[in-house]
Amino acid sequence: MADVRLKDIKKSYGAVDVIKGVDIDIEDGEFVVFVGPSGCGKSTLLRMIAGLEDITAGTLEIGGRVVNDIPAAQRAIAMVFQSYAIFPHMTVRENVAFGLTIAKASKEEKEKKVAEAARILQMEHLLDRRPSQLSGGQRQRVAIGRAIVRKPEVFLFDEPLSNLDAALRLDMRIEIGKLHKSLGATMIYVTHDQVEAMTLADKIVVLKDGYVQQVGAPMDLYHRPQNLFVAGFIGAPSMNFMDVSIGSKEGQTARVHSDIVAEFAAPAWRKGAADGPKATLGIRPQDLHPVEEGGIISGNVTLSERLGTETVIDVKVEDGSRILVSLGEDAVYEPGQAISLGFNPERAHLFAPASDAEKHDAQVAAE
Amino acid sequence: MASKLTQSNRAGWLFAAPGVALMTLFIILPFFLAFAFSLTNQRLASPNPTEYVGFENYSDLLGLAIFTLEPERDEGGEVLRDDDGEIEYPRLRNFTRNNPDYPNLQGKREWFSWQSGENRTVILASDVVFMKALINTFTFVLFVAPIQAGFALCLALLINQKLRGINIFRTVFFMPVVVSIVVVSLLWQFIYSPGDGLLNNVLSGLTFGLWEPRDWLGNTATALPSIMAMSIWQGVGFHMVIWLSGLQTISPTLYEAAEIEGSNKWQTFRYVTWPGLRNTAVLILIVITMQAFALFAQIDVMTSGGPLDSTQVLVFQAVERGYGKQDISGGSTISVILFVIVLIISLIQRYLTRER
Ligand SMILES: Nc1ncnc2c1ncn2[C@@H]1O[C@H](COP(=O)(O)OP(=O)(O)OP(=O)(O)O)[C@@H](O)[C@H]1O
Ligand SMILES: [Mg+2]
Repeated sequence: MADVRLKDIKKSYGAVDVIKGVDIDIEDGEFVVFVGPSGCGKSTLLRMIAGLEDITAGTLEIGGRVVNDIPAAQRAIAMVFQSYAIFPHMTVRENVAFGLTIAKASKEEKEKKVAEAARILQMEHLLDRRPSQLSGGQRQRVAIGRAIVRKPEVFLFDEPLSNLDAALRLDMRIEIGKLHKSLGATMIYVTHDQVEAMTLADKIVVLKDGYVQQVGAPMDLYHRPQNLFVAGFIGAPSMNFMDVSIGSKEGQTARVHSDIVAEFAAPAWRKGAADGPKATLGIRPQDLHPVEEGGIISGNVTLSERLGTETVIDVKVEDGSRILVSLGEDAVYEPGQAISLGFNPERAHLFAPASDAEKHDAQVAAE
Repeated sequence: MASKLTQSNRAGWLFAAPGVALMTLFIILPFFLAFAFSLTNQRLASPNPTEYVGFENYSDLLGLAIFTLEPERDEGGEVLRDDDGEIEYPRLRNFTRNNPDYPNLQGKREWFSWQSGENRTVILASDVVFMKALINTFTFVLFVAPIQAGFALCLALLINQKLRGINIFRTVFFMPVVVSIVVVSLLWQFIYSPGDGLLNNVLSGLTFGLWEPRDWLGNTATALPSIMAMSIWQGVGFHMVIWLSGLQTISPTLYEAAEIEGSNKWQTFRYVTWPGLRNTAVLILIVITMQAFALFAQIDVMTSGGPLDSTQVLVFQAVERGYGKQDISGGSTISVILFVIVLIISLIQRYLTRER
């Protein structure tokens, strides 16, 4: 078992800087998920840990050993790819045993280890099939089997479930969670699926444009996002943002208001959040709820989507901007209906003033 | 689907018509004509009417016989020997010419023979030149197909790397393919020419003058190998490109997966590259075999089948007979035999390399 430490890791392709200085500490046995918008460098970072990409600068340690110049095969890692990367001409058995074949292991050893991996992944009945006779989920199981047989100290997953359909993804997600518990190995998992990140991770690393935005436990990120990007990125539907003016500030709270927001006291612990006269207020759709009186924001319903367990209401506020509300129950709202919204001020987020583009980026990245 | 193809697709058929017509005229029709001619005594120009002769042309070409010559003996039963002590045999001609006791040897000639004890076993063929052509063609295919395919694969592997200027190499290796085979043959005639030819010169330069210049194309031992070498060189670029296209269909993640598992270069080739090239290999094998069987231009330009029929091959014989000797039926028969051979070999290759 091993911990993984990234110290000021950088990666450039020619003149293009992709990873611009990343520090991450991953403890032994931890399940860490890298999330971020497409193109932010998640795969690149993972591939550097795997040894498939050269590290331009910085040091990478696995199990206390600097592995910058150590070939992939000797880093005690195993990797599962989005495209499965199982060998089409080999049976499942041969695929799972591939690493052992390469290492010229004995037949008995192969048999034993393959049987064990097959048992863990419940695919004993598939061993003699060829990949073309397997479903996507089964193929990914084979790829995971091949990884298990290596007995790696660190498992690397690059969007392993994104080629699967929703139901299968749920199954496999639970499976991978169980696998982590039973093997106790360190796992690093890249995804852009928030649900995977939130449910699997001990620790989530949010990346954007080659920088780490925040590292923390899932609920940490959800409740105490350090910046607007993380706030918008984590949680679905995405957090609502609106510009507010700061009235007065006392300790960790600031009184804020705007044309559309009635004055209230918002928590202002975030650095730089309430330093100037302006700020950006963030409220999660789930934290908003309709009230009869004393609402803080009001507007008209333009659209409501009833999902059974949840109702998402699109509200147009007086200044023309949109606000999403998510109610955790089934409710009927007609377009055009006036609505007044309230929320627990404790759950409001105050950020340093952000441009519309920044808000938009943070919201779009989550999709 | 069928109805769509035949009914509502008039424009499509119209577009296809010129191509179909040309192919019918120049490929399909001649193909059936060759079959028909091979059963007659058709000549290129002849005052006599064409007659149906059944399979006579085939037996004239393929007829073989084995015959054991016993030594001449004196009254006492002693083997007669000539002045050099060699055993004397009756003349073969006595058996093959109008000998009513041996109708199966009628008109046949000695192809080759070997000694077994006092006796001499002779293989006789109705058409010795054809037999030589057949053997030479098979020899050519047997050497050229694997060597050319292997060589092409090596080049493809070398060239399938991301290096600067690799396109220059791709172009250079492909160049012989785009040059006309006739031109290539003429060039190689200079290379192989006796005495002062390029090859002799280079070899004598490399061995500091120890090399005895030889007549590469004028010697029965070196003529066919020389043509093989030149043919391999000429065709290798084409097959390299086919291999290359096969290599590029293999997913790079498979290589990465193998790398993580610690696979070395050879293991990667064996477990990832080669299995991934299966379909390409089948294609290349069949294409090379067919091309090799069709060997003609090099022979026509460089040796005309000589010396002493050591470079006779089937297509050259077919052309030589059909037009040189105006024996259209003979040439057609050889074509049909060649077709059957290539067909059988292709089917065998398909069977052996089938998906299991
Ligand atoms: N070989 C390369 N040469 C140049 N740029 C590259 C190369 N590989 C990746 N990049 C760039 O690096 C950036 C990060 O790529 P990466 O594949 O790590 O993104 P990602 O976060 O995994 O995205 P996704 O979620 O779409 O998989 C992208 O902008 C990409 O264009
Ligand atoms: Mg990626």
